[in-house]
Amino acid sequence: MRLTLNVWRQKGPSDKGGFEKHSLSDVSPDSSFLEMLDVLNEQLIEQGKEPIAFDHDCREGICGTCGMVINGMAHGPQQLTTTCQLHMRKFKDGDEIWIEPWRAKAFPVLKDLVVDRGSFDRIIQAGGYISVNTGSAPDANEILVPKTEADRAMDAAACIGCGACVAACPNASAMLFTSAKIAHLGLMPQGQPERYSRARNMVAQMDAEGFGGCTNHGECEAVCPKGITLENIARMNRDFVKGMFIARQEPKAQA
Amino acid sequence: MAERNDELRDNAPSGPIETAWDRHRFDMKLVNPANKRKFDVIVVGTGLAGGAAAATLGELGYNVKAFCYQDSPRRAHSIAAQGGINAAKNYQGDGDSIYRLFYDTVKGGDYRSRERNVYRLAQISVDIIDQCAAQGVPFAREYGGTLTNRSFGGAQVSRTFYARGQTGQQLLLGAYQALERQIQAGKVTMYPRTEMLELIVVDGRARGIVTRDMVTGKIEAHLAHAVILGTGGYGNVFYLSTNAKGCNVTASWRAHRKGAFFANPCYTQIHPTCIPVSGDHQSKLTLMSESLRNDGRVWVPKKKEDTGKKPSQIPEADRDYYLERKYPAFGNLVPRDIASRNAKEVCDEGRGVGPGGLGVYLDFADAIERLGKKAIEERYGNLFEMYERITDEDPYEVPMRIYPAVHYTMGGLWVDYNLMSNLPGLFVIGEANFSDHGANRLGASALMQGLADGYFVVPYTLGNYLWSERTDQKPVSADHPEVKKAIADVEARTTKLLSIKGTRSVDSFHRELGKLMWDKCGMARNEAGLKEALERIPALRAEFWENLRVPGTGAELNQSLEKAGRVADFLELAELFAKDALHRRESAGGHFREESQTPEGEALRDDENFSYVAAWEFNGVGAEPTLHKEQLDFEYVKLTQRSYK
Repeated sequence: MRLTLNVWRQKGPSDKGGFEKHSLSDVSPDSSFLEMLDVLNEQLIEQGKEPIAFDHDCREGICGTCGMVINGMAHGPQQLTTTCQLHMRKFKDGDEIWIEPWRAKAFPVLKDLVVDRGSFDRIIQAGGYISVNTGSAPDANEILVPKTEADRAMDAAACIGCGACVAACPNASAMLFTSAKIAHLGLMPQGQPERYSRARNMVAQMDAEGFGGCTNHGECEAVCPKGITLENIARMNRDFVKGMFIARQEPKAQA
Repeated sequence: MAERNDELRDNAPSGPIETAWDRHRFDMKLVNPANKRKFDVIVVGTGLAGGAAAATLGELGYNVKAFCYQDSPRRAHSIAAQGGINAAKNYQGDGDSIYRLFYDTVKGGDYRSRERNVYRLAQISVDIIDQCAAQGVPFAREYGGTLTNRSFGGAQVSRTFYARGQTGQQLLLGAYQALERQIQAGKVTMYPRTEMLELIVVDGRARGIVTRDMVTGKIEAHLAHAVILGTGGYGNVFYLSTNAKGCNVTASWRAHRKGAFFANPCYTQIHPTCIPVSGDHQSKLTLMSESLRNDGRVWVPKKKEDTGKKPSQIPEADRDYYLERKYPAFGNLVPRDIASRNAKEVCDEGRGVGPGGLGVYLDFADAIERLGKKAIEERYGNLFEMYERITDEDPYEVPMRIYPAVHYTMGGLWVDYNLMSNLPGLFVIGEANFSDHGANRLGASALMQGLADGYFVVPYTLGNYLWSERTDQKPVSADHPEVKKAIADVEARTTKLLSIKGTRSVDSFHRELGKLMWDKCGMARNEAGLKEALERIPALRAEFWENLRVPGTGAELNQSLEKAGRVADFLELAELFAKDALHRRESAGGHFREESQTPEGEALRDDENFSYVAAWEFNGVGAEPTLHKEQLDFEYVKLTQRSYK
C-alpha cells in the first residue's frame, strides 16, 4: 500500500505545532496502525530526522496508553477498536490520512501525539475507590453480589482510561470516563457506603480539571473502544443529584 | 546490622511448613504507627506487586515514593493478564486445599522452587480474593451471588477466580485505586513517566535510586531507607514477546550491576497459543487464552507438500493431530512447555503452516459441529473477534493458526524468604524476583504471586528490616559521594548514547538480538547453539556502542533514548541468560536442553547435579560472572518425572 500521512508535530506544550506531510510506500495491510508508524519512524531516523513521538505500550488493546485522532475519529474508523488494534487493511491503497493528538484543555500536548492525562488520575483520586485497607476484608463470599449487578458493574469497569471519549466530545467532557467508575462501584454492595460522596467528589474534580459538561451528543459512546454506554452518565447524574440532597459536607477537589 | 547475604541463606523458618509463616510473622519486629512515618520507602513499578505494595505501605503509614515509566500507574502490564487468579478457597468443594495448591505449584515448576515460599503463597492466596472482592473487583458470580470458578492447566480442581477475560485488568485497577487513595491522602507521592536508571548503595545497603523524568529529561536522586523493585520480567530480551513494548530489565539489571544476584535467568515461559508472526513489521505478539485448547484440536498436515494447501483441501486422513497422537491421556491439554516444544518440532520438520511455515492449526470445526456455533461463540467470542481483527481470518470458518511466543520469565533477582535480595534493603517482588514458580509457571499463578508479595508479604518483612536496622542506618545526604557518583554515571551513559551518532536505529539492534535469542536460547537449546550465542552477543553489543543512532537530545521527551538505555541493558542480560542456559545441562520446565531428554523426547531433569538455584554475581561487562548456588531441599513434595502420556 502507498499512503500519504499528515502527522501533527509539536515540540512541546508551549509550541504552536502543525501538520507534517510524509509519504510511505510498501505498507503491509497486515500491519497495525502503530506498526505502520514504526516503519515511518525507522525511515525518519535513517534520514537523520526526529521520529514521531506517540504513546503506546501493550499493543493489545487493554492498557489504554495509545490513542490518536485518525481522519477526525478518535482511534480511527473501526468501532470498538483501540489504535493499536486497528490494522492497515481498513485503509485503501493511495489513501491520505490525518493523524492528530487528543485535543482537550485538560489533556495538554507534551510532544507530537503524546498528551498528559494526569487529570484522569486525579479524578480517581477524588473518590474512584472503595476505602478498605489491606487485611481488613471479610471472607469474599460473605458479600453476595447478584450476578446481573456484577455483570453490569463489569461492563462499566471495562473502561481502559484512554481518553477517546474526551477527544471525541465537542465539549471535551470526561463524563463517560468518570461515570464508568461511579457506576462500577455504585452497582456493587461494597461501594454503597461512599456512593454519593464519591459521585460528588469525582464530579467536582472533573470540573476543576477543565473538562466540559455533557450535552448528549453521544460521540463518546460511538468512539469508546470498550463499548462503555451513556447509561453510565445517567447513573452518575442520579447519584450526583441525590448526593446534593443528602450531603453532609461540601465536595472536595484539588486545585 | 544486616550483612550482605552472599551465602544465599533463605532465612526461612524451620519446623512444620504449615505454621512457618505464622511463626515468622510473630518473630519479626514491628514498627509502631508513630514510628512508621519516620521511614521513607521507594517502590519502583506499579503493577500488581508494586502497586499493591505502595498502597499497603501508604495505608500503614510509611512515606512512600512510587515510580512508573507509563503515564499512569493504571497501565502496568499486569493489566493484560486474561485468564484468572488461583486461590485455595475450595468454594467448589472439589477437594482443593492450601496443601494441594502448594503441591501443584511445586510440581508444575518442575521441582525448581523453594518449598517454603510456595507454601506461603498458597496460604495467602485466600486472603487475596477477600481483599480484592472488598475493593469492588467485579469477579464472575453465580446467580446466588457467590463467587464462581473455572479450571486451568496443571490442576484437577476449579480454583481460578476471574473477571471475564480481563482478570488482570480488574485486579490491577483494584490496586491502582487503592494506590490513588493513598496519593490523595498524601502518604504516597507518585512519579509517572519516570524511569529508574540506577540503584544507590551506601554502606552495603540499598538507599535510593537515580531516575530520569521522561518528559523533561531531568536526572535526579531519590533517597530512602529501603528500595522495593516490582519491575516485572525480561521477556522483551527476545524483542518479540507478549510483553508490553515498554517492559524492560533495566531496574533489575542496574541492581544486579550494583551487587544483587540474578537467579535462573534462563527459565523462560513460552506460551503455546499466540497469533503467529505476519511479517517484518511485527512489533509484538498477542496471546490467545490457554482456555481455547479445551475445544480446539491442534494439527498440521502429515505431508510437507500439503502445507501450501487450504486447510479445507486437506482430507482427515492427511492430517496429523500430533498432540492427541503422542499424549493420548492429556491430548490437546498438555502443559504449556510441552505444547510449545511439539509445535516447534513439527514446524522444524517443514510441516508448519502460514507465513514462513511458523504456525500450526487450532481447529474448532469438531467443537462447532458438536456444540453448535452459538455455544462456541459464548465461550470464546471475544477471543475469536480479536483473532479476526489481527489476522483478517474468520476462525468459525477456517482453523486458527497459532505459534508459541515468549510470555513470562520465571528467573529474576535472587531473594530470601523475606523477599530481600542478597543486598540488604533491596526487596524484589512479583515477576522481577525468581522465587515461586521454579522452572515453569502454571496458568493463573502470576497474578496470585504479584498480589501476595505486594499486599501480604513485603509489608511485614520490610517493617522487620527497617526496625532491625534503625540504629545502624545513618541519614544519607544528597551530597554523599555514592549519590553523586550514581547521578554522574547515569548522566555519562545518557550522554554516551546520544553521542555515538552511528547509522543503526535502536530497534534494528533490538530485533537482531531478539532473533538471535529466539534461535539459540528459545524453545530448545543445545551446547553448540548457546556457545554461538555467547560469541555473537558481545559482538552485537560492541557494534551497538559504536554504531547506534539516537536522534534528539537528553533534555526532552525522547523515546529513542529511552529505548536505547533499555536495549543496552538487554544486551548485557542476554549474555548472562545464555551462560546460565549453557551451564544448566539438564532440562527443567521451560528450559529444554536437547542433550537431556528421555527416549520419548521429553524434558529430563538431573536432580543429582542441578537441584539448585543458580544465582549469578556480576563482575563487570564481559567478565565471567561468579556462580553461587542455593541448594533446594524437598521435605514435603516427592520428586518425580512429569508424565502426560
